[in-house]
Parts: sequence; structure tokens; C-alpha cells
Amino acid sequence: MKKNALLILFIALCTASMLFAAGAVEQQTREGKDITTLEFWTWRPEDVDFYAKQIALFEQANPDIKVVQTAHKNTEYNTILAASLSGGAGPDVFQGRAYGGLATFADSGFLEPLESWMPELKNYSESALLGATSPTDGKIYGSPAVSQTVFMYYNIDIYKELGLSIPKTWGELIQNFDAAKRAGYIPLGNGAKDGWCLETLLGGMGAAFYGGTDFYNAVIAGKKNFEDPAFIRMIEQMKSLTKYMPDMYMGISYEDMRSNFFNEMSPHLIAGSYEAAYFRTQNPKLNFGIFAVPSEKASDPAYVSVYADMNFAMNANSSKKEAAVKFLKFLSSKEFGKSMVTEMKMVSAVPGVDASEDPFIARVLELQKNATPYLFLVGFRYQQPTGSSLWQAAAQGVMAGTLTPRQTAKQIQDGIASYYKPFQK
Amino acid sequence: MHQIQRNKALWIVFFITPGLLVVGTFILLPLFMSLYNSLFSWKQLIRLDFVGLENFKRLLFTFPYQERFFNALKNNTYWFLSTTLLQNTFGLLFGYLLSRNIPGAQFFKRIFFIPVLFSIVAVGFLWGMYLKPSGLVNNFLKLVGLVSFQRAWLGLEHLATPTLILVNIWRWVGFPSLVFLAAIDSVPQECMEAAYLEGVNEWKLFWKIIFPLIIPAITIIMVLTIIGSLNVFEQVYTMTGLDGAPNYSTDTIGTLFYRTAFGSIDAGSPEIGIGSAIGLVIYMLTFAASLLSVFVTKRKEVQL
Repeated sequence: MKKNALLILFIALCTASMLFAAGAVEQQTREGKDITTLEFWTWRPEDVDFYAKQIALFEQANPDIKVVQTAHKNTEYNTILAASLSGGAGPDVFQGRAYGGLATFADSGFLEPLESWMPELKNYSESALLGATSPTDGKIYGSPAVSQTVFMYYNIDIYKELGLSIPKTWGELIQNFDAAKRAGYIPLGNGAKDGWCLETLLGGMGAAFYGGTDFYNAVIAGKKNFEDPAFIRMIEQMKSLTKYMPDMYMGISYEDMRSNFFNEMSPHLIAGSYEAAYFRTQNPKLNFGIFAVPSEKASDPAYVSVYADMNFAMNANSSKKEAAVKFLKFLSSKEFGKSMVTEMKMVSAVPGVDASEDPFIARVLELQKNATPYLFLVGFRYQQPTGSSLWQAAAQGVMAGTLTPRQTAKQIQDGIASYYKPFQK
Repeated sequence: MHQIQRNKALWIVFFITPGLLVVGTFILLPLFMSLYNSLFSWKQLIRLDFVGLENFKRLLFTFPYQERFFNALKNNTYWFLSTTLLQNTFGLLFGYLLSRNIPGAQFFKRIFFIPVLFSIVAVGFLWGMYLKPSGLVNNFLKLVGLVSFQRAWLGLEHLATPTLILVNIWRWVGFPSLVFLAAIDSVPQECMEAAYLEGVNEWKLFWKIIFPLIIPAITIIMVLTIIGSLNVFEQVYTMTGLDGAPNYSTDTIGTLFYRTAFGSIDAGSPEIGIGSAIGLVIYMLTFAASLLSVFVTKRKEVQL
């Protein structure tokens, strides 16, 4: 009998401990009476110190608000955020994705529209706001934080050694490739094993051939499509670069292509502005510069593809919106933008941020004068099959020679036309 | 009497509950949740209306899911056939040779089994490095003068899946070898001796005596092969990525499922309804194929 009682007690204890464990967290947050505590989530565990410093500055200016930072692993961030937001909980303020990633959360009703809270958003550039706007209702759901730019990295030391200069036409670029090849370098470090790296390649070299922003606007409006001769010619030109790419380029992964560049085996790499910090840590002696891949005629613009990469967003179900807006405004201030530039080496989207202290970012901003939207991410990542997934797979086919440029263009066109209304007319 | 009965029941509950809770929460509940989710339409992360079998219809009959699904299923079939043919045949051969006590049998038994113990992610990562254009495999080919056989093993559409399969066979062949070895070792010695006395040769001995008696082991290995081939995921994920690169040539229903249900959140529009439908199809295929294989091999089984 005694044994029996013990057993029941044990089962009861186990059940009880499970039930009450869940409730324990609730009580702690009610401690401070006048202090509002904000939950702030990021997908950057590597930047925890940076944000802690910024939060300390914010709390100094707003003693009645306390911000608790939580950083999740980048690859798990969306899943965790989606789970807690759909459960009615989640952070008050958080890092949000851009474009289709933003629309996923905005259209699910998890994000607070920000225009009425933050009238200063209208000062942001159109391209930055595009990444924070849901195409479904046209409302702005995030305060744009940083942008990324795709262009050509080049090795200044190798350029000096070979007596090369920054090319002003596509022909000159090819001549530089040939010179590098003769000298025993891999002319262009890019590879094709990871499909998304071919989207980067398109972003770096494609715009001049398909016609930059004019083409972008035309396909968005359905006036042109991806079987346009200019687009097919761009694919042909991309394919022609394979003879300057590494041996067995179909097996060259993202890591391989980056190491081709920072180990100075290759003087060129088409990649995003986010690589610069990584190159500096991997090879502090690397002397690199950047340029926009030129058009065939020197008089035509040399485009760089630009996309918004991160927005600060507010939980639509937050009970502390007044405080959250204060923090959002802080994250959208010029001072915060400047620390993003100087400490994080990122291109801040805040208008009027002084980037002169960092020559690399100043140069990126200079190249952005000929900015064009990063084609498939900006325009066609809202529905399945996304333009990006179609391009990435088909581009691998064309680079490997299993698809022709025309077939590639048709696959992309057919895929997008399956849902994109302007293409169905 | 009544008291004892109740005691016994309580103890049974006590021992069963934890296991039942785990199975219920992590296996049965998700299975029924995905069945439930697959019957609804979804707007992004929000479940909307009941649509019956609409998601299955879209998966099987409309672009692009139809194309992706059957392409992935084709690759799974390819995995199954190659694994059955190569891995299980070699497993049987190795098991047989080990049972014949060839010189160094104890040594080989351990060597063959070591890769089975490795983490699948570590194997994928390491072989991913070996198979790079400048990796171990291509360097070895250069060393032995076969430069013309160097390839971008994981980057070419016609080579990527066979390469993944070979790596997986390298990792897993020790398992069927040991199972077959144990099965062959348990064949009664009298039968073998009687056969030898009758002057039966090794070939006949194998097919007429050993093989029929190890059918239960073959059943187990076949069922495991089917389950394994339908659930291929980690190998592809670690070596060629979630997109089944290059150009979907290594895509499997596992990676397709993951991409559709979760992986595309970044790229907009996760299709949770269709993702759940794929999950359910994987479950049903595994279940049906396993049943079929047990049924077929059961009929061939012999009792001594």
C-alpha cells in the first residue's frame, strides 16, 4: 500500500512540475512597475556585443524602457519567429527579412504597419522602402536597416603587377581576364556549384546586357518578358565567362570561390558588399578594390544590383507599442546608422548617414549611383516557384551546358508566368 | 485480489506512460497534424479554409509541383535501385566472405563497420571536401595518371546523384554485411556439413541452403533500404544543398518537402499545405513499400 502511495505521488509530481514550469517565466517580467521591458530579437549572434552597446545608449536616453536582446541562429530564426508570432507571443521589436520574407510575416498579420508611427519613413530611398513594403496591401512594415550591393571585387596588387587598370568597357574587362590568364591566375574566381552564387553572378554582370532598371520595370509591368532577346544575350555572355572561371567550375562552391579571391589565386570575384569584412579577417594583407562591371559601350551606365537586406519591424500584437516605436526610431537614427557603417561595415539604409569614415562603404555608395534592383530577389520572390529558384537551377543547367540560353530563358518565363498576372495577358 | 489487479494496472501505466507520451507527442501527433494541415489552404503562415484533397491535387497534377515531385521521386527510385543492387549485393558478398573465415576476417569486419558509426553529417562534410575539384579524389586520380577522369563530381547533373549514392554505400555497406554475416553464422552447422558430405559445391550450397535460410535477414535489410531510400535527406543536404543542385539533379522528396514546407520562408510563400501533403505521401509510400516487401519476402521464407 505504501509503495502504491509513493508511486501515485511520483506520477503526480512529474505532471505538476511539467505544468508549472511553463508559468514560471511570466512572473519575472512584472517586477519593475514603471519600467517597460521590450523584447528585441536578432538573427545575428555574432553581433550581440554591438547591439548590447547600442541598447545601453538607448536605455540611457530612455530610462523608463529596458530592452532585452535575444539572438537566434540565422538559419533557425524564421522558424522560431514564425512559431512564436503565430502563438500570439514573440518579441516586440525584431530584425525582419526583406521582400518576400517580409511579405510572409506581413500578410500573416504579424507585423505592425509603420507609416503612421514613423512619418520619417517617407525620407528613405524608394529602393530601400520596396524591401519593407508588402506587395499585397502596399503598406510599409519595416524600417529599412541595410542594403547589399553586388559588384566586381578586384585585387589591386595583381592589377599593379600586370599593369592593368579598371575597365571602362566589357571588352576591356575581357582583356584584363586574358592578361590574368596569361599570367597564370584564375581570371574570375566565381563557381557554379551553389545555385544562389549564379544569382549573384547575374546581379554583378547581367544588368548591363539586359538593360538595367528599364528592363526591370518593363518585366514587372509585363511589357517585356524573360524571353526578351536582350535577356537571352545576357545569358550567352554569362556562359562565355566560363572559360575564365576555375577549372571544373561546376564543382566550385561558395567557400571555394571566396578563397580563390582572398588567397590571391584570382584577381576578380563577382560578389556582394557583405563579403568585404570577411575578406579582411581572412587575409588582412589583401589589397582589394571594387568596380561596377562595365557595359559594352563606355557611355552606357555600369550597373550594380542593389537590394534591401534587413528591416527593423514591430510585432502587431505587442502591448507596448509606444515604447517599441521609441526603440524603432532609435534604430532608424543617423547615429545608429553611422555605427552600423563604422562598426559593422554595413551599408546603412538610413538617409543622410555619414559614411566618409569608411572608404569602402563610401565607394559602395558611389557605385550605387547606377543602382538597379537585384532582379529576381526584388521582383519575383513572392510566390512559388520564385524567380530566384527558377534562375538558380536553370543557370546551373546553362553553365554546365545541359540547357541552351534560350531554354533557360523559357524555363524562367514559363515558371513565373504560371502565377504572375502581367505575364498571363 | 481486486487490490492486486489494480496494483498491476498502475505499474503497467507507470511503465508505459512515458514511452507512450514520447511516441504520441513526437510521432503520432505530428503525423496527424500534417494530415490535418494538408487538407487546408494556407495564406503564408495562417491556416485558412478546408479544401479537402486540393493540396494533393496540386502536388500531383499542376506545375511546378508535379514536375518537382516526380523528378524527386525518380531520384529516390534511383537511390533505391542502386542501393539494393550495389550495397546489398556487396553486403551479402562481404557477409558471406567474412563467414568463410577468409584471412583477416576479424580485421575487415571492424573496418567495414567503422563508417556506419560515423555521423552522417560528418561523412557528408568530409566527402564533400574530398570530392571538390581540387580535393582528394581528383588529386588521387592525378597521382595515378588518370587526369582525364577528373571531374567536378558533385557539380555535374549526370554524376552528382551517383556520387552521393556511392558515398552513402561507403558509409553504410558495413551494416548489411554484419547482418548477413550474423544470419549466415546462424545457419545450422549440420545442414552445411550434410551438404558438404553430399559433395555440393560452394555455389549450390549458397543458393540452395544458405540463401533460403537467411531470407528473414534479407527482408529486414530490404525494408530498411526502402525506408532509407525514401527518406534520403542529410546526404543531399550536406553535400549538394537543399535545392538538390545542380539543376534539381539530386533533389529527393525529403529535400523537396523541407524546401516547400520550411526552407523557402526566406524566399517568400512557404507552402505549408503542400509541404504537409508531401510529408504524408512520404509516409504512405514508406508504409506501403515496407508492407509489400515484407509480404513478398515472407512468401519465400523457409522454415527448418
